[in-house]
Amino acid sequence: MRGELSPGAKVAIYGLMSVLLIPFVFPTWWMITSSVKPISDIFAFPPDLIPRRVDFSTYAKVFELQPFARQYWNSAYIAAVVTAGTMLFSSMAGYAFARIRFPFANALFMVVLLGLLIPSEVTIVPLFQMFLAWDMINTHWPLILVPIFGAPSVFATFVMRQFFIALPAELEEAARVDGLGRFKIFWTIALPLARPALAAVGIFTFLHSWNLYLEPIVFLSSPEMFTLPQALTQYTDAYGGAMWNIQLAAATLTAVPVLIVFIIAQKQFVEGLAHTGLKG
Amino acid sequence: MSTVAANGTPAKERKVARKRPFWTMERRDSLAGYLFIAPQLAGIITFVLIPLGLVFWYSMHEWNVLGARFNYVGSRNYEQLLSDPALLEVLGATGIFSAGLVVFNLSLALLLAVLLDQKLKGITVYRTLFFSPVVVSLVAWTIVWRFLLQNNGGINSILLLTGVEGPNWLRNPTTAMISVIVVQVFKNVGLNMVLFLAALQGVPRELYEAARVDGAPRFKQFRRITLPMISPTILLTSIITIVGSLQVFAQIAVLTQGGPGMSTTVLVYYLYQQAFQFHRFGYGSTLSILLFVIVAVLTFVQWQMRRRLVFYER
Repeated sequence: MRGELSPGAKVAIYGLMSVLLIPFVFPTWWMITSSVKPISDIFAFPPDLIPRRVDFSTYAKVFELQPFARQYWNSAYIAAVVTAGTMLFSSMAGYAFARIRFPFANALFMVVLLGLLIPSEVTIVPLFQMFLAWDMINTHWPLILVPIFGAPSVFATFVMRQFFIALPAELEEAARVDGLGRFKIFWTIALPLARPALAAVGIFTFLHSWNLYLEPIVFLSSPEMFTLPQALTQYTDAYGGAMWNIQLAAATLTAVPVLIVFIIAQKQFVEGLAHTGLKG
Repeated sequence: MSTVAANGTPAKERKVARKRPFWTMERRDSLAGYLFIAPQLAGIITFVLIPLGLVFWYSMHEWNVLGARFNYVGSRNYEQLLSDPALLEVLGATGIFSAGLVVFNLSLALLLAVLLDQKLKGITVYRTLFFSPVVVSLVAWTIVWRFLLQNNGGINSILLLTGVEGPNWLRNPTTAMISVIVVQVFKNVGLNMVLFLAALQGVPRELYEAARVDGAPRFKQFRRITLPMISPTILLTSIITIVGSLQVFAQIAVLTQGGPGMSTTVLVYYLYQQAFQFHRFGYGSTLSILLFVIVAVLTFVQWQMRRRLVFYER
């Protein structure tokens, strides 16, 4: 499909792409600009694409109304721990299923794959009861343990296995003959080669943890334990109506840092995701 | 040596191994394999399989936490499920949402991938921007759209500038459903777009050149070459997207709370309401079983379909 295009076709493609781009880009722009508008301008007609007056006081209110810095930290450290843990344990399991021959390996792999069929939403009621019995309600343990070891990690294990299967056996043979242990081979030979797959798994895992919403509202009850997605929806007035400018300011604070990281590292991001075992 | 070395007693084992090797290569490999998968396997058993058993057990009980009751009732929750007047509405909303999402998502992803596959200057900038909502926090993205979809919000203001009076998007059953689908598609279509783009770039160029020599028009090349060659990716993305659509919760909770009426109450949201808002854990568990069965059946059907529809398997 990638033949040379006529100038007319080029213009048409640029035009079509630019129109299609609006719903992808405009919401982020509208979020950032509305967050610095005074509340009286927020529903102004005609709408101001660029704020007429700028008012940063909403950003101070974000931190006054809730322990927002604490909530930010909660989300960040949970996502970091979940990402590191998933990268370690899923690459170990993926490596074993791909490269080590042991009895019942295939059957056990099928057991692990069951996690893909049983999303966390199906088991949320018993998980709540289990963590209640372990006295872990209103702690961050459920948001850390379930993603690292439960259903969400299966996808990561699958991606890592697909990667390790494609790795040439000769790379390990020499080390095996030298009598290097399996863990050593995994850690010093296989894992460094798996960097692209690991990066993709890391990005997916981070975003998944960062976006979790059902689990926090089920497991957490006090504002200083909340994670960001949960906190964002709490900026409401006495009647439950949204305090729009404050919600949008908090949303901007949540979204923009990740967006900046993404724009800096977009090549690794997009290509890493595309070149995992996902290609089918 | 190998696995044992990882555990920290290498020297002793080496001596033993030389005499009469109990720790043969195979045995050491087996032990290593089990140790490597142990954390994940223990996790799946603890956080997936045991809860699945429990959810089935709970589904046969009447269990109201507020009343502190937990009575075995056999199949009564399932009978209640079948006679639940809300069930048809919930399944209808779930079906419309998932079908709409998959069709819209996959066709938009394919269109964007074909456009981005062209050799044009600045194409990576477009790719980055189309992908960017994927990394925006889900609830932040949904809050902005809720703001935009207010009756006096951004979208209706822009429509009004062109002389069109827009509907109150989130207060009308039809437009509310369209809204939750569209918001979710723009959020995540970038993922499928990137997978399609990688698949398109993997199609051998010679095929197109041969077709061009034969004078096949572009559209025919797309139907006869591109679609069959990327069919494995289409199948994979459709499985991921359908299963993912059944798990959508935050968008509904933030945009519509399942309303107006029950028009956007999908199964996961109904399950959440029953279990955690009305504290009916038994009935909530029955709904969980229903969700599990739907996911399992859909995955199985799609897995079977790959034999008929997919061009090749690696």
